Amino acid sequence: MGTNVSLEENFQTYVDGENKIEPKDWMPEKYRKTLIRQISQHAHSEIIGMQPEANWITRAPSLRAKLILLAKVQDEAGHGLYLYSAAETLGESREKMISDLQSGKAKYSSIFNYPTPSWADMGTIGWLVDGAAIQNQVMLTRTSYGPYARAMVKICKEESFHQRQGYEVVMKLAQGTPEQKAMAQESLNRWWWPSLMMFGPSDDESPNSAQSMKWKIKRKSNDTLRQEFVDKTVPQVEYLGLTVPDADLKWNEARGHYDFGVINWDEFYDVIQGNGPCNKERIAHHVEAHEEGAWVREAANAFAQKQAQRKKNTGAAA
Amino acid sequence: MNKDHWKLWEVFLRSKNGLSHKHVGSLHAADAEMAIQNARDVYTRRSEGISIWVVPSESITASAPDEKEPLFAPSDDKVYRHPTFYDIPDDVEHM
Ligand SMILES: [Fe+2]
Ligand SMILES: [Fe+2]
Repeated sequence: MGTNVSLEENFQTYVDGENKIEPKDWMPEKYRKTLIRQISQHAHSEIIGMQPEANWITRAPSLRAKLILLAKVQDEAGHGLYLYSAAETLGESREKMISDLQSGKAKYSSIFNYPTPSWADMGTIGWLVDGAAIQNQVMLTRTSYGPYARAMVKICKEESFHQRQGYEVVMKLAQGTPEQKAMAQESLNRWWWPSLMMFGPSDDESPNSAQSMKWKIKRKSNDTLRQEFVDKTVPQVEYLGLTVPDADLKWNEARGHYDFGVINWDEFYDVIQGNGPCNKERIAHHVEAHEEGAWVREAANAFAQKQAQRKKNTGAAA
Repeated sequence: MNKDHWKLWEVFLRSKNGLSHKHVGSLHAADAEMAIQNARDVYTRRSEGISIWVVPSESITASAPDEKEPLFAPSDDKVYRHPTFYDIPDDVEHM
């Protein structure tokens, strides 16, 4: 027990010194658990997040738009894979993570449980949802766990394209016909609040945050990140001539920040509990794709074994 | 092990000639050829590499972190291995 305490103290001092933890270094069991939960949730979000956007690939309004959307969705698959690979360095297996996702034991960002009924949503998602993700991910490039930080650096390099292409889609609509502008506004109305919820509960409702901050897994609080996002985004909304759907939104000169209205946390927790508009559909689709792919994975294994056997035989003959 | 489980590979990329291959992450694949193809899709979508190495993760032997001391500490006290250990007058140039 005595040694354990000092190990933990050493660990904290090491982290306080802005040193990175690498997979084989000693770490408190709770640090490992927290990271596995957070990184796998993050990976699941990237993977499930492909669905609302994939919804529009076959119906993109131009070939240019389709190519961009395809590339964006492919990037999200890549992000999921970087993150699963980072979580695996902590000793968690891919199978376990996938089965936890499918059973509902593991969560993913609740934003992806909202539907995408309009083409404008392809713009709003890139702009706001990827924008909010960037806010969080830029912070995580400095997280204390090495493989997670490195995955974040790669992801952040790619996210900027996601946000800019999204803004471009919304901009074209906002500067188009009155009907197109209305489409953009309607989409913004639906995504604004869920985007703010992406940063998670308020600091006083987020008990695990303090420990994560102490271990430097998180570097900024949920409310700080949310405020930064609002401050950055409001001028972008104004540039488009659109309106933020929040009557309480107001620049606060004294604070140097925008004040904004109260988030509907009941909705947030309800969607997390599985009652969002698309929770069931998202998981069902994942399970279906996974099961339909089983024969491919098996066949590839059988083929690899056969090839290896053949190599061995010809090697022996030579 | 599940018969639809693919093993884990570590991926190394050379970003351009003149530089070494550098570890970028891992992925699952049934065999080496597929690992190369997957590595191309996962890790080089924006010309990050011109050459890929894949190595089965199980083939890598790593030094143990708790041996950091015995392995690396001895070189810490060999300061004479560093050029700054030697006092050469400023008048002597190009050294
Ligand atoms: Fe992403
Ligand atoms: Fe993205």
